[in-house]
Amino acid sequence: MSENERQVTSTPDTRRKQALIFENVALEVGRKTLLRDINCTIGARLRTVIIGPNGAGKSLFLRLAAGLIKSTGGTITGTIKTGGKTGHSGQSVVFQKPVMLRRSAYENIAFVLRQHPKPGDDKSTRIERALDAARLADRARTPARKLSGGEQQRLALARALVVDPSILLLDEPTASLDPSSTLIVEKMILEADKSGTKIIHVTHDIKQARRLADDIIYMHKGRLLLHKSAADFFVDPGCDEAQAYLDGRLQN
Amino acid sequence: MGEISNAFAIAFDLILRADAELSAIVFLSLKVSMIAVFIACILGFSLGAALTTFRFFGRRGIIILLNALMGLPPVVVGLVVYLMLTRAGPLGILGLLYTPTAMIIAQVLLITPLVAALSCQVLQELNGEYDEFFRSLNLAPGARMKALLWDGKSALVTVALAGFGRAISEVGAVMIVGGNINHVTRIMTTAIALETSKGTLALALALGIILIVISITINASVMLVRASSEARADV
Ligand SMILES: Nc1ncnc2c1ncn2[C@@H]1O[C@H](COP(=O)(O)OP(=O)(O)OP(=O)(O)O)[C@@H](O)[C@H]1O
Ligand SMILES: [Mg+2]
Repeated sequence: MSENERQVTSTPDTRRKQALIFENVALEVGRKTLLRDINCTIGARLRTVIIGPNGAGKSLFLRLAAGLIKSTGGTITGTIKTGGKTGHSGQSVVFQKPVMLRRSAYENIAFVLRQHPKPGDDKSTRIERALDAARLADRARTPARKLSGGEQQRLALARALVVDPSILLLDEPTASLDPSSTLIVEKMILEADKSGTKIIHVTHDIKQARRLADDIIYMHKGRLLLHKSAADFFVDPGCDEAQAYLDGRLQN
Repeated sequence: MGEISNAFAIAFDLILRADAELSAIVFLSLKVSMIAVFIACILGFSLGAALTTFRFFGRRGIIILLNALMGLPPVVVGLVVYLMLTRAGPLGILGLLYTPTAMIIAQVLLITPLVAALSCQVLQELNGEYDEFFRSLNLAPGARMKALLWDGKSALVTVALAGFGRAISEVGAVMIVGGNINHVTRIMTTAIALETSKGTLALALALGIILIVISITINASVMLVRASSEARADV
């Protein structure tokens, strides 16, 4: 693990800041152990991509990182709030199942912006820009829950980005998107990254992981098996389970 | 047989002529119940939203109690309000007994638990759906309550209508605290009870028909609200 971490953090200075540190983190619900022995240090400026089979614990890992659930063992230290960019609004989370308020697309974004008002430019301009970036400008007045599944996912991302978060946690944001929508979403993610937002991104799309990842976390059956730079990972994951996952060989 | 059909004929005549006495009774009924529902909604919605948002000791107990109070017998509510307002009672000096205000108080007590319990159900379901999103935003409790009430508005309208339906058709409580005084506290249900026992079937029938029309209107409104909120994907 220490070797992997050195590889991951052997990037330019600005990116070396640590965002999140997991130490021996475990999560038990009832008598079931859902996550165990999670150790990793996630850099502040890297695009971290989490992959792994269904039920590996990726969504739970993301919830822990977001502070939405408490671990039952170990410690999670977050330094992003102090180490992040200035004028940030903490974190934004895009859930695997988009949560849409019973309001228009426009009002969904306005709601989030009201909670974390941004100084400077006009609120409605900001919302319209967010809708534009997600190619939802013509859907502004549509009730969010009437949007298609893919449009809802794009709206969820636009809503997450409008507050200019210092950390963005994404749970399969392109799961039901067509290829061109996927590219729009990836572009939005890359732009957020460029503006200094830390990205933690769960995906099942290996090609997307190749396109976006600085570092890869591979999870399997509630464990974090690997954490290494994407370049190294895709040459040789160095772990049978991850290799099998990449090859699409069935496992469980 | 002839007597009853004759009563029907007079009843329809009363309605069509918008008879003064009939109109006064209907108008007072609507006024008392609307004010009562308005107050009960302010109390019940706030209570429902607070019980959904805050976790505190005794919260479950309160929810169970509210659900139990939903089926409160109106005569018992009437008795309690009577005891409060009677001259010897704690609020006797206000002189409210046998006034429309007393009837409003009784109806508020009767339907606030209903409105609170039903809105709590509605809001808890909504909160379950929104909870993680709201927590990820670090939403303040007040903002959460506001958002839940706003997004639950179409379901809450049907809750209010259910409260109105119970208030307008209730007889036991208003009879005790209102006293069914002609031109003062006589409303549709108490008038029906009185006129029937006196044998004045025509007026009783006319009021009965209007009460049924109101009840049908309420149910139709509930369905309209549901349909329109489904169209807006609010449910
Ligand atoms: N609250 C819970 N109680 C019990 N088990 C749970 C709970 N939440 C998740 N699990 C279990 O934990 C495991 C990991 O869940 P998680 O949602 O993190 O998987 P995932 O890696 O995100 O999978 P997917 O790729 O399908 O989204 C699953 O087997 C799931 O059934
Ligand atoms: Mg998941």
